This record gives sequence, C-alpha cells and structure tokens, in this order.
Amino acid sequence: MIRIERRLEQPGWLNVAVPVGSLVLAFGLSALVLVATGHDPLQTFRRLIHAAFGGQAQLTETVVSATPLAFTGLCAAVAFRMQLFNIGGEGQLYMGAIAAAAAALLLHSLPMAIVIAAMVLAGAAGGGLYALVPGFLRAFLKTNEIITSLMLNYAAALILNYLIFDSQSYWRDTTTAEAKVFPQGKMLPDSAAWPSWTLHGLGLPLGFLLAIGLAATLWFLFSRTRFGFEVKVIGDSPRAATYAGMRTRRKILAVMALSGAVAGVGGASQDGDFRHLLDPRGLQQAGYGYAGIVIAALARYNPFAVVLIAFLLGGVQNAGFTLQGADFPSGLVGVMQGLILFSALGCELLVRYRIRLASRARRPVPEAAT
Amino acid sequence: MGQQTQAVDLSERRGAGGAPPAVSLRGITKRFPAVLANDAVDFEAAPGEVHALLGENGAGKSTLSNILTGLYRPDEGEIWLYGERVDFHSPRDAIDAGVAMVHQHFRLVVPFTVAENVVLGDHRREGSSFLVHQRAIERRVGELSKRYGMHVDPRARIWQLSLGEQQRVEILKALYHEAKILILDEPTAVLTPQESEVLFATLRSMAAEGRTVIFISHKLHEVKAVADRVTVLRGGKAIATTTMADATPRSLAALMVGREVDITRRREHGGEIGAAALELDELRAVGDRGGEALKGVALSVRTGEIVAVAGVAGNGQRELAETVTGMRPMTGGEVRVHGRPLRGGDAREAIGAGIAHVPEDRLGTGVAPSLSIGSNVVLKSYRRYPIARGPLLRLRAIRDHAADLIKRYDVRTSGPNAPARQLSGGNLQKVVLAREFSGNPRVLVVAAPTRGLDVAAIETVHAYLRDAAAAGVAVLLISEDLDEILALADRVAVMFDGEIVGEVDAETATVEEIGLLMAGVRERTP
Repeated sequence: MIRIERRLEQPGWLNVAVPVGSLVLAFGLSALVLVATGHDPLQTFRRLIHAAFGGQAQLTETVVSATPLAFTGLCAAVAFRMQLFNIGGEGQLYMGAIAAAAAALLLHSLPMAIVIAAMVLAGAAGGGLYALVPGFLRAFLKTNEIITSLMLNYAAALILNYLIFDSQSYWRDTTTAEAKVFPQGKMLPDSAAWPSWTLHGLGLPLGFLLAIGLAATLWFLFSRTRFGFEVKVIGDSPRAATYAGMRTRRKILAVMALSGAVAGVGGASQDGDFRHLLDPRGLQQAGYGYAGIVIAALARYNPFAVVLIAFLLGGVQNAGFTLQGADFPSGLVGVMQGLILFSALGCELLVRYRIRLASRARRPVPEAAT
Repeated sequence: MGQQTQAVDLSERRGAGGAPPAVSLRGITKRFPAVLANDAVDFEAAPGEVHALLGENGAGKSTLSNILTGLYRPDEGEIWLYGERVDFHSPRDAIDAGVAMVHQHFRLVVPFTVAENVVLGDHRREGSSFLVHQRAIERRVGELSKRYGMHVDPRARIWQLSLGEQQRVEILKALYHEAKILILDEPTAVLTPQESEVLFATLRSMAAEGRTVIFISHKLHEVKAVADRVTVLRGGKAIATTTMADATPRSLAALMVGREVDITRRREHGGEIGAAALELDELRAVGDRGGEALKGVALSVRTGEIVAVAGVAGNGQRELAETVTGMRPMTGGEVRVHGRPLRGGDAREAIGAGIAHVPEDRLGTGVAPSLSIGSNVVLKSYRRYPIARGPLLRLRAIRDHAADLIKRYDVRTSGPNAPARQLSGGNLQKVVLAREFSGNPRVLVVAAPTRGLDVAAIETVHAYLRDAAAAGVAVLLISEDLDEILALADRVAVMFDGEIVGEVDAETATVEEIGLLMAGVRERTP
C-alpha cells in the first residue's frame, strides 16, 4: 500500500532538492516525448537553453517575457499568503491595462514622469478595484473567491474585447480608414513610453525593475509589519485570528485589493513597456494570470522566489517561440512546457507530504468514545 | 459480576422462564491508542425492556454501542444475541441480526425522500430489486409510521423535515429492517420536551412488542421516565445495573460521577475576594447550528475568586466562553467588566477590557499552529509598543519577550522560532497561559485547561490558575472535570441546556449535588 502523509517537519534541504529533482524529472519526461517524436533530446535541450539564456539578446527577450509573469506571480503570492485563492490575476491585469491606457491617453500632454506615475497608479487602481469584487463577496457573503475571481477573468476579457472590437470607445483608434476595418487600440503618446536601461548589454525595462521593487516591498510588508503578521495568522488559523481580535474581513479586502493592484501594475507595464496601445489579443494570448498562479505555488509565496521563477519560466516561454518552426511543431513546445510545470507542481507535494510504502493498510483509528 | 456492587442484578427477572436475554455482552474490551474505551464490560438486556445506558462523556457508551452494531470489533469479549454467539464483521452483519442504531448525528441522505432513505441498504425486500417500487415502499413506510404513531410523510424529502421528524425516519428505517434490538444514542438531544414525550411513548410500545430498546443518555430524568433498567458506565467499566424502581436520581448521579468518597478539596489560594469583576446578565447567544445556546445566563465573578461552570459537554459552556470573550456575538443580555458593559462580538474589545482567554481548543484557537512560539506569544500584544512601533514590528522585542516567557514558564522547546504545533500539550498550554498572563488581565476565562494533559502538567496549570486568583484576577473556569472544579473553585455554577441551573459553594457542595444539577434535575438544596 502506498500512503501519503503529511510531514511533521519540513527539513530545509528539501526546499532545494525537490525543485532540482522536479527539473530533472521534467527533462527526463520531455526526453521521452522527444525521442518518441524523432527528435534528439540533448540537441533540443541545448537549443532550448541557448534560446532562453544563451546571450544578451536572448536574456533581454527572457526578461520581456518574465515581466508580466513576475507581476501576476506576485499577485497570486500575496493572496495565497492568507489562504485567499485569487485566481483572477488575469482579469485584474486586463483591468490594469485598460485603466493605465486611459490615463496615458488622457494625460498625453503632461511630462513623462507624471504620465508614467499616473499609469502605474491607474493600473493599480483598476486591478485593485476589480479584485475587490470577489474580496467583498468573500468577506461579507463567504462566497468562494476561487470561483468568483475566475469567472471575473472572463468578464474582464469580454470588456477588453468590447472596448476595441465592438464599440467606438475612447481606447479605440478610429482615425484612419484602415483602423476602422481592422480594429485596434489608439497608440499611446510618447510620454507614455516607459524607459528601459541597458546593463552590460542586458535590456531592463522599467516594468521589470518595478516588479523587483514590489517584491522587496512585499517581502518587507509580510515579514516586518503588523499587517503582514495579521495576514500570516489569518492564513494559518482564522480562528486564532478571531481569538486575537484581528479584523479578518478588513484584512480580506485589503489583501485582495493589494493582490489585484499588483496584477494591475503588470497590466500598466504591458501598455507602457511593450505594447504602447491597448492590445486585447496580445494580452489574452499569453495567459499571464494563470501562469502567475503556478509561479506563486512554485515560489512557495516568497516574493523574491517569484521573480526568480518568473525569470526561468519566462526563459522557457521565450525559448518556445524560438524553437518552434518547420522541424519543431509548436504543440511539442507546449508539451515540454506543460511537463515542466506538471513535474514541478507534482513534486511540490513532496515538500509537504511524504510517500510511505506500508506493507499493510492500517484502518484509520476512529475517534475514541464519547 | 463483581462490578455490580450495590445494585441488584435482575437479569433473571424476565429470563426466569429460561428464555435467554436479547443482548448479552460478555467481557467486552476495546482499546484505542492511549484510551481504554471499554474495560471488560458485561451488559445484558432482556426482550421487551427499555434499558438505559448511563454515563458521562467518555464513559464508553458510544464505543459499546458501536461494538454492538458491528462498527468496531472488540479486542476481547463475546456478543450473544438471544442465546447465540455472534461475530459481526461489519454493520451489515449486525443489521441482518436485527440490531439497529439511531445515531446522534443522523445518517440520512438529505436530498432523498423518506421512503428512499428507509429502503436504503435493504437487500432483502423492496430495496433489493433493481427497479425501485416507489409505491410499495411508500405504502409500507406509511403503515409503519401509522402503527407506531410516528407521523411523517413518506414522500417528503429529508431537508424539509425538522430534526425530530428526521429522527422518526431513522427509527422507521430500523423498524423496516425488522430490528429487534434498537439502540438510540442521546435521542433527545435534538428534541423539544414535547417531542421527547412522543418518542418515549413510541419506545414503550416497541418494547411492549418484545423488542429491546437500548437508550443511551446522560440525562437522569429521561432515564427515569422511559427505562425499565439502567446500566451505569464509568471510565469504560460497567459500574452497576439496577432497576429503575430501585434507583433514585441521587443514587444514579453518584454512580455516574462515582466519587462519593473523599474528594480533594480546594486548596486555599489566599486571594482576597473583592468586588464583582465580571458580571453576566441574562446573556443570550446562538449556537453553531442555529439554536439558542445560551438562554439567559446570569453569573458573576469577583476579583480573586475562581468560579467554576460545571456541566456535561454541549450544554452551552463553549458558547459561554466564546460570548464572554467576544468571539461570538451576543443576542441579548449584557457582559460587564468592573461595571462597564461590553458591546460584545468583538474579541479586541474584550481583550482591551482586560479579559484573557484560555480556549478549549488550544492548537487551532489558542495559537496559530504553524507560526513560531515567538509569533504566538505576541498574538494579542503585537499592536502596541514595545512589540510594535507604528505599523512596524520590532522583531528583537518579540524574540526577547518570547525567550523571557519560555524561561519563566519553563516551556520545553528548542527556542522561540520553533512552530507552536511541535510543542507537547502541557508546554503549549504554558505558552497560552504565559501570553494571557503577560497581558495583565483583570478577568480570566479558562475552558478545559487541563484536558489531555499529564498529571505533572495538570498540577502546573492549576498552580498558575491559583496564582492568578491570588493576584486578584477574577477567574471563570469552565470544565467538565469535577475533580478539577473541586480542587480549584470557590463557587460552582452548573450549566444545563444553556442555563445556569444552580450554584453551590465549593466548600460544602457534594459531588452528588453537582451531578444531579448536571443531569438537569432542578432540585435546589436549601
């Protein structure tokens, strides 16, 4: 009989051994798939690593892919800290992007610094307010936030499409005849183009630096402040929190708003750093929000680990684009990415649980007499 | 039979003609890790009698009935039904042998109809065929309910029924399965007094047909009202079997509680008893399942005094502790601390008013289990200097505070960073007490403070509680353990069914007196 039981103690070395082991497993499984489809696994892996981390150009591309993932990863990690499962990072990112684009278009004549600051604030407000909807429902009606935040992702996607494809909204470019036939967003003003810096040939967009700054801020918030302390207690035992006189409802609202705001800034960064217009297709294609959930889980809610893992997954994603071609179908890239995530999450279980091979199943001991 | 000390063994009474008893359990022993739930229990019930099984919580009543219904297998001992030895491998064997049980928490499929629930598990008649003969089943269920005066619509769905009606469905189910031996576990817990009367009449008529009814209870007046004989269990042993005619509530209470002999009396804690510190006035609150759990509790505790609330579990004690400490909103009445009323329903307010709380559930409520001891000792003080400065925590102050408390209270642990759940029960309780005392409370509410602790830890906890009283704290002790209550309390209030049914002076009170009150016999001693 195989039994899975909770570990009483989690030895520290597991935190390193399990992720490394899961990576090895992922490559092992991918190798099987590659051999079965007639590709040379070693050759493929070499290409994959090269395409992701092989040089400054590749690393810059990886950072571009990693930036939104870092935001959505932080978004999920913030909420998960309090056992609040905000699956709505995707929709909150859209709302942030919408709000930030509006801010940029409205304030186009102001100096760049003000426009950028306004975009960040608008993005945070858009995502944060949107996350407050499931937050309120959870805090006051005990509605399951997994369902509500997930459903709101679809609502946000539809709003996004409506603004560009189905209406003459403020965000839509209607100036040229071409733009009327092929709907697209208005180009954002130059003052809304976020700067980027180059460090030894590695391009670092403002959004990525913001994500790192946010990670540090969140780490401080969670480990050094009363707010973080309350979040930890509520996450561990809501009854103990009530017992200690903590205001659980307010904390739910605050954490959901914070979580959504982080994703919203990610949306603003999409507008300002990369896309320079409100781009429904581009935003929806990548599934940033869902990837963020995986990242948060892998990072075990540690903000710095979120950035690191976002970088690694960004590399895999970026390599996927490079790898696919005539000899390498994009489906196979997806399979490899899936296997990496699958084994990483599957092995994550081993940190908290252990598998025991017992010769005989013991009946669970029922509770003693009452 | 050596255990049937003072009672008359009347198992011969009905079996005089040579007919064997319906149920005979012989030397049943059942062990659980760390608990001996049944210790060589002998039990007999005759056909046609209502036989009560009386005992405190943890006396072994449920284990014994679970053995008789095939849910557990005894480690030792034999089960005989109608003179034949049986060996149950599963509840189905027991059902086939004619043993049925009505559990305290009903085993009904809520979206199904009454009739569907009744045939569920039947593999002999209507329920055994692949197609469900709805009509036939409904007719039979209707007949049964008419015959026993238990009105319930066979086509109603379970969720539409009151708890009393649901219980009738359970009994109908047993009758449908042709149970000859019916066990009911605390059947009146969910019933109104009127419904209880109806139930008792049903049970009597079932007994009159020659069935055996085993009635599990800790309420003396019910046992008195319905049973022919009673067997008292205590600490896993069958203490006595007696006919109701020979028993008085007093003698039964004494048997159930079992400490007529010398009791360790309260040791003086030397506190000066002063003015009323905690006053409860007509306090009302709603329980988790929606019913009223506190029905107007009035009680006061003075500074330097330990007042114990005794009672069988589930009579509102947990709700009382939670309401006083602000964890549960009050629906009526008032809580006053040194004359100042509380709004209620807000633990932060209660903490601010100086009410400390040692909760019944140490690990899930008293501490956050995965967080460090350091975090847990500042669970209530993290908002103020020296633990916090503005919105920031002072980690060094937390560490120092934790190290100090660990040393002063002799908590055995690897250090302030160890997670709370690694602590043993006694050490965990020390952490909780240390934290609560460090807030300089004026009132201390403690619930089941020594449950599950070893003797040495119990002594330590008791010493701390006496010290608190000596220092002028008003202590409200909620406990089911009479030894503990008599060892600590100045005054004992007994709670039954959401009310304080009596108050006695701990110096002069007898266990009997408290036991009677705990069993709901309102017999005020002058």
